[in-house]
Amino acid sequence: MSEMHAESVAYVRDTMLPPAAPPNQQLGALRWLRVNLFSGWFNTVLTLLGLGIIWFLFDHFWPWLSHSVWKADSVQECREIIAARYGEGATGGCFGVIRERWHQYLFGFYPRAEYWRPLMTLGLLFIAITPVLFSVNPAIRRWVLAVTGLITLLLMGVAEVPDWAVLLMWALIGTALLLGEYAPQRLLIFTLFYPVVGVWFLWGGSLWFPLMLLAGFGVGYLATRLVPPRHAGLALPAGIAAALIWWLFLAGPVAGLLGDLAPARLRVIDSNEFGGFLLAMVIGVSGIAMSLPLGIVLALARRSDMFLIHVFAVIFIEFIRGVPLITLLFVASLLLNYFLPPGTNFDIILRVIIMVTIFAAAYMAEVIRGGLAALPRGQFEAADALGLNYWQAQRLIVLPQALKISIPGIVGTFIGMFKDTTLVGLIGLFDPLKGISDFVRSNFAWKGIYWEPFIFVGAIFFVICFSMSRYSMYLERRLSREHR
Amino acid sequence: MTRSVFIGATAAAAMLAGAGYAAEGDTLADVTGRDQLICGVNAGLVGFASPDANGNWTGFDIAVCKAIAAAVLSDPAKVKYVPTTGQTRFTALASGEVDVLARNSTWTFSRDTDLTLDFAGINYYDGQGFMVPRSLGVSSAKELDGATICVQTGTTTELNLADYFNANNMSYQPVNIDSNAEGEQQYMAGACDAYTTDASGLAATRAAFASPSDHIILPEIISKEPLGPVVRHGDNNWGDIVRWTLYALIAAEEYGVTSANIEELASNSENPEVQRLLGTTGDLGAMIGLDAEWAKRAIKAGGNYGEIFAKTIGEETPIGLARGLNAQWTQGGLMYAMPFR
Repeated sequence: MSEMHAESVAYVRDTMLPPAAPPNQQLGALRWLRVNLFSGWFNTVLTLLGLGIIWFLFDHFWPWLSHSVWKADSVQECREIIAARYGEGATGGCFGVIRERWHQYLFGFYPRAEYWRPLMTLGLLFIAITPVLFSVNPAIRRWVLAVTGLITLLLMGVAEVPDWAVLLMWALIGTALLLGEYAPQRLLIFTLFYPVVGVWFLWGGSLWFPLMLLAGFGVGYLATRLVPPRHAGLALPAGIAAALIWWLFLAGPVAGLLGDLAPARLRVIDSNEFGGFLLAMVIGVSGIAMSLPLGIVLALARRSDMFLIHVFAVIFIEFIRGVPLITLLFVASLLLNYFLPPGTNFDIILRVIIMVTIFAAAYMAEVIRGGLAALPRGQFEAADALGLNYWQAQRLIVLPQALKISIPGIVGTFIGMFKDTTLVGLIGLFDPLKGISDFVRSNFAWKGIYWEPFIFVGAIFFVICFSMSRYSMYLERRLSREHR
Repeated sequence: MTRSVFIGATAAAAMLAGAGYAAEGDTLADVTGRDQLICGVNAGLVGFASPDANGNWTGFDIAVCKAIAAAVLSDPAKVKYVPTTGQTRFTALASGEVDVLARNSTWTFSRDTDLTLDFAGINYYDGQGFMVPRSLGVSSAKELDGATICVQTGTTTELNLADYFNANNMSYQPVNIDSNAEGEQQYMAGACDAYTTDASGLAATRAAFASPSDHIILPEIISKEPLGPVVRHGDNNWGDIVRWTLYALIAAEEYGVTSANIEELASNSENPEVQRLLGTTGDLGAMIGLDAEWAKRAIKAGGNYGEIFAKTIGEETPIGLARGLNAQWTQGGLMYAMPFR
């Protein structure tokens, strides 16, 4: 040890060496390649194999894609054009089918003159969900509102909606942006009313019917308040009973009366005119919006100490999860018809939404139960120690944490459900993937078209699902930062 | 919460189930009351049922729907087309979701009896055939021993194929496909030597190929596929209306009544059968609960059977089907309308 002392060391450097440039192999792209692609013989082989596969795919599909024809009115015409341009025997995509039929892929049989309605609904959907999804950061909210608004306007331009609808949309987006800046809470009120507006826009009829349906919740709430405090236990049943009575007997006549006094009608669009992405979005969005709360309730019920509630939740979840979605859809489309009195018109889209919702809710319940199980026992005990009652504890302490843990699972369920909406093609609805393509191909001009619609529809699905996935990652980042 | 919702739903379901099956409806009254015919159709089959870019349906089966609507409601446009799949079609009819099913459905014993449906007639005699590439060098289905064959699952096609190869002591390798479009892809990609489906479908598929002459449809027809409109068993009057609307179209062709000369014939035809058909004499319409001119309107809607055939699937169209079995009985076919008297 004594050699280490300063006086016993012969030479000590007193200036720093200037930093030398790293060797070439450790620089820039070369280093990146070495570290990421060619570190060791095994990874080198894998890299080369991957490149080979990419080249193979490119080599196979590029000629087909690059020979694509957009301006043609039939497969035969496409073939002629491709043969004329690239010689006999050349193959190419015939995207003329998308050019001619894109509106059916987006809207199904929805009447052309009314395209402004689904597009307006879409624009309002963005306005309704943005303040919920991006409640914390006003900069991001502003940005999202502006971009989604522009997308809506762009779609409106493509769909050639009337000018007044475009102007209305401009005004709505402007209002939403202003409100988003100065009074984001007001936007949330609009979110509450959005389902009514959306349903009215899409299906038309009198505005008063959906409004009166919504009013049922108000009636139920009033009834709970009217019950005297000493019979507090009766409040909930009274509320439910009042709401049911309202919906079953009063809502219809009252709406009819109001409709006579102040008519607010749109042309009625029948459910079987819905199709394509409009159908997928209607089912997907309502399924997503309803399955989350239902899933939370089911998850809580499954963890409940109350025997009956627990058993019902377990039976419901396990039964629904044990049955394929196709079976539920067939039940919705076929079996229910036998049970309902003949002539009852129980809307097919509504039936499908219900089935898809309970299916997604069962999965959702298990995802959320996973989040609940991951919470340390101490959190529940702390809530009890604070004197919170059950619902307060769930709302303030348990669920915020449990839901945060479950975000990837929840969004995964959403994405899966949205893609599952294409299964409705099997019960004769026009889903964008199979239903629309089948009838487009049934026209002789497009018979023999196969990959082009898949590519078009797949691309749209990818954009939507990828956005959901990115949002989930954003949400995770944001929430984890708050907890740091 | 969950429990009360659940119980409520169960109770509601039970209540509704009790009310179900209550009334075996009077379909004619339903249709006239609604002022709309609900017609179950194929969700897309070349030549038979196909919506165009504006959502207007056309096709051979669609014409039947339009004729019925014209006869009953005086307007061929008062039809709501409900697309059905192979799985949903009969349930949709039995449950009352549609009034009549005009969806190229084969008349079979079990469907007629066990499913309690009634076939109101036959508007197209089809049969299952084979298509092979010319390069395969096969000229008869008997030479297909050991071949791989693309066949749609869950259809009678599959059973017919098995029956035929069993009966002829041959073996085959099935390639199961889900839809016609997929079948074409598999066949073109060479996944199977032969493609089998109804001959009308084969003809349409072949006509849509880039080079139709490279493929041949073998002469053997291995099954009987009489296709026709279907109604619910038990509502006989409605069944009569559908049946005789179809016969009116067929008879019109036999007697030379076309959409062009129908007004003229209605006023001055010498043929008593034509007079009764068009309601000039007699009162056949009243016997099925319609007015005297029901058949006249049905024929005017899209022309007689021959005109409809020529417009939708006939030799002038790209599909190019020959009349064959579907010619009038006077021309050696099987189309034979019962007498109007």
